[in-house]
Amino acid sequence: MPGSVQSIERAAAILRLLANSSGRLGIGEISRSLDLAKGTTHGILRTLQAVGFIEQDDVSGKYQLGAALLHLGTSYLDVNELRSRSINWADPLAARSGEAVRIGTILDGKVLVVHHVFRPDDTFQTLDVGSLLPLHACAMGKVLLAYDAAATRVVLQAEPEPFTRRTIVRSDQLVRALGQVREQGWAAEVEEMTPGEAGIAAPIRGYGGLVVGAIGVSGLVERLCDSKGRPNQTLVSYVREAARAVSRDLGGSRR
Amino acid sequence: MTERYVVAIDQGTTSTRCIVFDRRGQLVSVAQREHQQYFPKPGWVEHDAMEIWRNVERLAPKVLAEAGITPDQVAALGITNQRETTMLWDRRTGVPISRAVNWQDTRTDSLVQKMGRDPVAQRVSDLCGLPFATYFSGPKLRWILDSRPGLAERAERGDVLFGTMESWLIWNLTGGSSGGIHVTDVTNASRTMLMDIHTLQWHDELLSFFGVPRAMLPEIHPSAEVYGRAVTAFPGVRIGAALGDQQAALFGQTCFGPGEAKCTYGTGSFLLLNTGIEPVRSTHGLLTTVGYKIGQDAPVYALEGSIAITGSLVQWFRDQLGLITTAPEIETLARTVDDNGGCYIVPAFSGLFAPHWRSEARGVIVGLTSYITKGHLARAVLEATGWQTREVVDAMNADSGLTLKNLKVDGGMTADNLLMQFISDVLDVPVVRPMVAETVSLGAAYAAGLAVGYWPDLEGLRQNWHRAAQWLPSMDARTRDEEYDNWQRAVERTFDWIKPR
Repeated sequence: MPGSVQSIERAAAILRLLANSSGRLGIGEISRSLDLAKGTTHGILRTLQAVGFIEQDDVSGKYQLGAALLHLGTSYLDVNELRSRSINWADPLAARSGEAVRIGTILDGKVLVVHHVFRPDDTFQTLDVGSLLPLHACAMGKVLLAYDAAATRVVLQAEPEPFTRRTIVRSDQLVRALGQVREQGWAAEVEEMTPGEAGIAAPIRGYGGLVVGAIGVSGLVERLCDSKGRPNQTLVSYVREAARAVSRDLGGSRR
Repeated sequence: MTERYVVAIDQGTTSTRCIVFDRRGQLVSVAQREHQQYFPKPGWVEHDAMEIWRNVERLAPKVLAEAGITPDQVAALGITNQRETTMLWDRRTGVPISRAVNWQDTRTDSLVQKMGRDPVAQRVSDLCGLPFATYFSGPKLRWILDSRPGLAERAERGDVLFGTMESWLIWNLTGGSSGGIHVTDVTNASRTMLMDIHTLQWHDELLSFFGVPRAMLPEIHPSAEVYGRAVTAFPGVRIGAALGDQQAALFGQTCFGPGEAKCTYGTGSFLLLNTGIEPVRSTHGLLTTVGYKIGQDAPVYALEGSIAITGSLVQWFRDQLGLITTAPEIETLARTVDDNGGCYIVPAFSGLFAPHWRSEARGVIVGLTSYITKGHLARAVLEATGWQTREVVDAMNADSGLTLKNLKVDGGMTADNLLMQFISDVLDVPVVRPMVAETVSLGAAYAAGLAVGYWPDLEGLRQNWHRAAQWLPSMDARTRDEEYDNWQRAVERTFDWIKPR
């Protein structure tokens, strides 16, 4: 077993101390209680404050547990909340790209479609909110897998189903593809689920940068890709911008 | 040439927002600030108008910075606002006389009942197109004038000005106590009970009925017209439109033809049906209102059904009962059960609006048994919005002689798929959401853009409208009828709760 990280142990001790204290504590009290140098204590307190786990009182300068810590155990993002928060960004993505937009999240080894905006050509289309898509064979699914190691393990163990001859089913290929998704920050799928269709998706990040969903466009391969089957870079940039806008709303943008 | 934009200020019931739109009507940036709700007594709801104006001043630079643009790139500014919320301010100091009396406020209940029994009450309703209800500005204005000695005299001298929110904002934007323009638009004025619905001017009989001095009233203008230039917040930008929020949504949904209807699902919900250039008088409790008036064109009228409590029922469920932590979670909770379990909630929190107009009604939860869970209550909360829509649509079909073919929807609650499907089920027509959910702001932006020639005509605006989602009815007729009957019986149980004084 690797050695434990001393500063994390100390941070945990400070949090326990604050949790058990009846009021706020000053830096002197904290360093004396834990027998730490004031400078060390100060550094840890500053870091804990920056991530929102503790708060400093403006007047007394003393510390207490922060709001972010209280929400830690219950910070899952409700799917209906995700839709509600992203609706204003999914619409412009559909308008700019001219394609249908979907937002998805992982549910029981599948992509759950939580939001769907029609392709803006006023043709007859059916809302498919609530439907499930395969994780390994659509762009949203690849994005979600790329940032979820546990879900990836499950998919690889279950022998991914081939939908077309382009579906990635081999473990090594899928692992490589997901690595590429992480590297470029978006995913594409070209005729891997349905012949003639393609998709482009990017991650939606929630608080602290955690990936909570994916947003993407999908449509005919000739509209989404160039003649060599490569995703249209303008569409890629629209998708990534929309993903960033939703992430910003959710407090997940990187500083 | 640098690209140009249109900005909308949406001064709503709970917050104020500034939104930048591009030429295709797409949202470029948005900034928002909530303001304090004051509930000094049961049934009273107030806002601090100064806080609201300060919010606009703060939001303006923020929304421009987020869009990465400067005021000289803004072709026009459109204003849309919570309607009927009534305030008075001092012309010289620019300070509000008191907190603004909100549209939901029922303090004028007994005043309105008394006025409604007056021998000329019917004549008043015919002139202004509105029934007697606590909702409208005229009675609120009368109440405020009576609340302080000497106020009516100051109003007669023109030292104290009346306005709804758009008047207050335009007055401040154009200089306030040093040269501010005191105007309103036909849609907002059509909600005061002081304007003749045919001539679109303040009417002497109405002014004398409500005891309102003409000197305190703003000048009535078309909804789309350049009123002046802002000198602060958006310095130099032309103010090209003002519309009440619901009329703005009708415009933003491009319901330009007779028979086209939209419903905005927010705190309350509002269904408006375009009835063309002639006002239609309702015999089923709907309001006759001005839809919009573009410059010197003929005005377009609408029938309106207002539902007081829809989104605010979800907020109540969240804040007062604490059964959910965010509003969208109501759908998650509602989906934990398959039906309402026989439970119905009629949210007559401040009486019932269209088509009942029962100010003495109060809310009920009926059908409670030990079987009912919070999931059933969540369903009953959402279904209340669906059934209230159904009641209004039935009234509208009867009044207009048209049968609604589909319903265009917008507002925050359109993110709730369970609710949208339920509305389609109980109306038995398709429910359609447009690509831009922000139709209120968009309508104000459209009207302002038209006024300055940023968009050429209505047809150009129609081309910006696209379907983003559609829900088709899937409930069998028998279930629908049975459930509607249960709902109607639940509604009857809210009547006559408040005893007459």
